[in-house]
Amino acid sequence: MKELKYWRAINEAMAEEMERDESVVLIGEDVGRPGGPYIATKGLYDRFGPTRVRDTPISESTLIGLATGGSMVGLRVIVEIMFLDFLTLAADQLVNHAAKVRSVSGGAFEVPMVMRTMCGAGKNTGPQHGQSLESWVAHIPGLKVVWPSNPADAKGLLKAAVRDPNPVVFIESLQLWASRGEVPEEETLVPIGAAAVPREGGDVTIVSWGGATPRALEAAEALDSRGVDAEVVDLRSLAPLDEETILGSVAKTGRLVVVHDAVRPFGGGAEIAALVAERRFDHLKAPVRRVTSQFAPVPFPPQLEDAYYPGTNDVVDACLASVGEAAAR
Amino acid sequence: MSNTDTALELYRLMCEIRAFEEEGERLLRAGRLAGNLHLSLGQEAVAAGVCSALAATDHITTTHRGHGHCVAKGGDPERMFAELFGHADGYSKGRAGSMHIADPDSGILGATAIVGGSFGMAIGAAFGAQVLGTGAVAVAFFGEGASAEGTLHEALNLAALWKLPMVFCCENNQYAEMTHVREHISGSIRAIAAAHDLAAEEIDGNDAVAVREAADAAVARARAGEGPTLLECMTYRWSGHYVGDPESYRDPEEVAAGKAADPIALLGERLAAGGEGERLEEIREAANRRIAEAADRAAGGQPASPDLLLADVYAS
Ligand SMILES: Cc1ncc(C[n+]2csc(CCOP(=O)(O)OP(=O)(O)O)c2C)c(N)n1
Repeated sequence: MKELKYWRAINEAMAEEMERDESVVLIGEDVGRPGGPYIATKGLYDRFGPTRVRDTPISESTLIGLATGGSMVGLRVIVEIMFLDFLTLAADQLVNHAAKVRSVSGGAFEVPMVMRTMCGAGKNTGPQHGQSLESWVAHIPGLKVVWPSNPADAKGLLKAAVRDPNPVVFIESLQLWASRGEVPEEETLVPIGAAAVPREGGDVTIVSWGGATPRALEAAEALDSRGVDAEVVDLRSLAPLDEETILGSVAKTGRLVVVHDAVRPFGGGAEIAALVAERRFDHLKAPVRRVTSQFAPVPFPPQLEDAYYPGTNDVVDACLASVGEAAAR
Repeated sequence: MSNTDTALELYRLMCEIRAFEEEGERLLRAGRLAGNLHLSLGQEAVAAGVCSALAATDHITTTHRGHGHCVAKGGDPERMFAELFGHADGYSKGRAGSMHIADPDSGILGATAIVGGSFGMAIGAAFGAQVLGTGAVAVAFFGEGASAEGTLHEALNLAALWKLPMVFCCENNQYAEMTHVREHISGSIRAIAAAHDLAAEEIDGNDAVAVREAADAAVARARAGEGPTLLECMTYRWSGHYVGDPESYRDPEEVAAGKAADPIALLGERLAAGGEGERLEEIREAANRRIAEAADRAAGGQPASPDLLLADVYAS
């Protein structure tokens, strides 16, 4: 094991995959000589050259088109869309085109592309750089969607995404950007579609992903001191969803709290709550609870962010309510 | 190929396209097809002229009005009809319909029902060809209406900036749905291309030989690494926007004048003047036969069954 920062794990994954496979190329705004707006692509231009690492104009729609078409004719394109919010400009090419190619061609074409994109939630980025739009993409047949919560998963999932024959949306968290974690020295792929259980427990299941997972884990620690033994399921992949891990955990604990930074209506929590209601209703000992951001545009100043996003205490409260204890506050 | 052989080949392709469109219209009007059909009757010279300048390993993307491009690029009319019928032998196994033909073997990356959506995959294929050094060229077909979408500007800029092996082929058939081009587009599409430093040319889109010559030059430039070209082919949409369009928005006299410039008749006259008259009938009949037989065989295929719904959504 070695210790890496989250961004460095992403950088290493790209470097290793580009070294391993010449068909892997990287495109995006400022990804070349500048090394990326948040240095995720640092060093790659010098190492792999301008043919395979290309700065692009600010044309998100065409970037996804480049990745789609390039990946249909023999490349594996990693395309960086600077912020998840900018998906709105590229949505046609991703949703109507990349996601449909395989089905429309009767399985004759594949699109092994990765769209890497940053979620600015929790980092004072405001209403157009901070949105958590993961359920938009997880709603589209043909796309895979992953969101790592730590450096090891970031590296292993990105490597798996590059090798996957489908378009994969790879979401990165700005709030985790400089976080550190242990990463295996040897090559490790994290399978897409498999959740992790970073903490086992028998009293309540907390499901979370991406930037919210560290708060879920902190909440579990806090609950431990209150005599509540929480299990944390870190989804890692939203599409495909690891239903069995979620259902297995809820069958064990009988209680479910879902935590996400996206707004509540039609968010990932609704999907997971419905899944559990359909398939483990008899195991539930308490209503499912969702701990989410508020249904408002993302604010920028810290005090409003604190009020807007689900915090560790909110998760603790929801879990205590679920196990039938009074909230801590 | 001699000039005459090329012209005869163009003639054959145009006859096949026309036969395909007429057969499709007949089937739809007879109630045998679901959905919509957007015909390219009158625009055959563009498809034939451009696609005949390409190899099977070159790529095209096309639009909702794309049957002609697919036939001319080597798509199998039987599998195309099967797709129109919603049969399992179709290119999309009968799931996606007339506006979605895609076939790696003939270099058809895909048609799209999104106006302005055809540039993305084409520019990507040209990028792939450049990186991999395959020498392939990509052509994006689009209607003049699509030039009002921002995607065109993005794609022109990027293709010119990177000198991608690409041809932008605008088929200016004067109409976007129910609206004439003068009510939609300010300035010219060629000028948009010129602003991004592309070579751009206006062509008589009803003259298949002129289209072919322009396409040959554009494809040669692309292959030589000299960058993309925009061809604006001036033509006319004979049929309504879709089969069954009441066409209340245009004057029948205008339509008649448009149809007077029939690309097949124009080339036929030229070939006849060159002494090839008697071969034309034979070519036309063979084309009609090929298409009719393809439609018949496709009609006898299996309707797509619901268990195909989940197939091919993901690759494993
Ligand atoms: C993004 C988008 N907007 C609107 C439509 C509806 N629509 C279908 S065809 C069409 C007109 C397209 O005109 P043009 O690009 O000139 O192509 P043509 O039909 O003449 O071949 C429109 C507006 C669509 N399919 N996609």
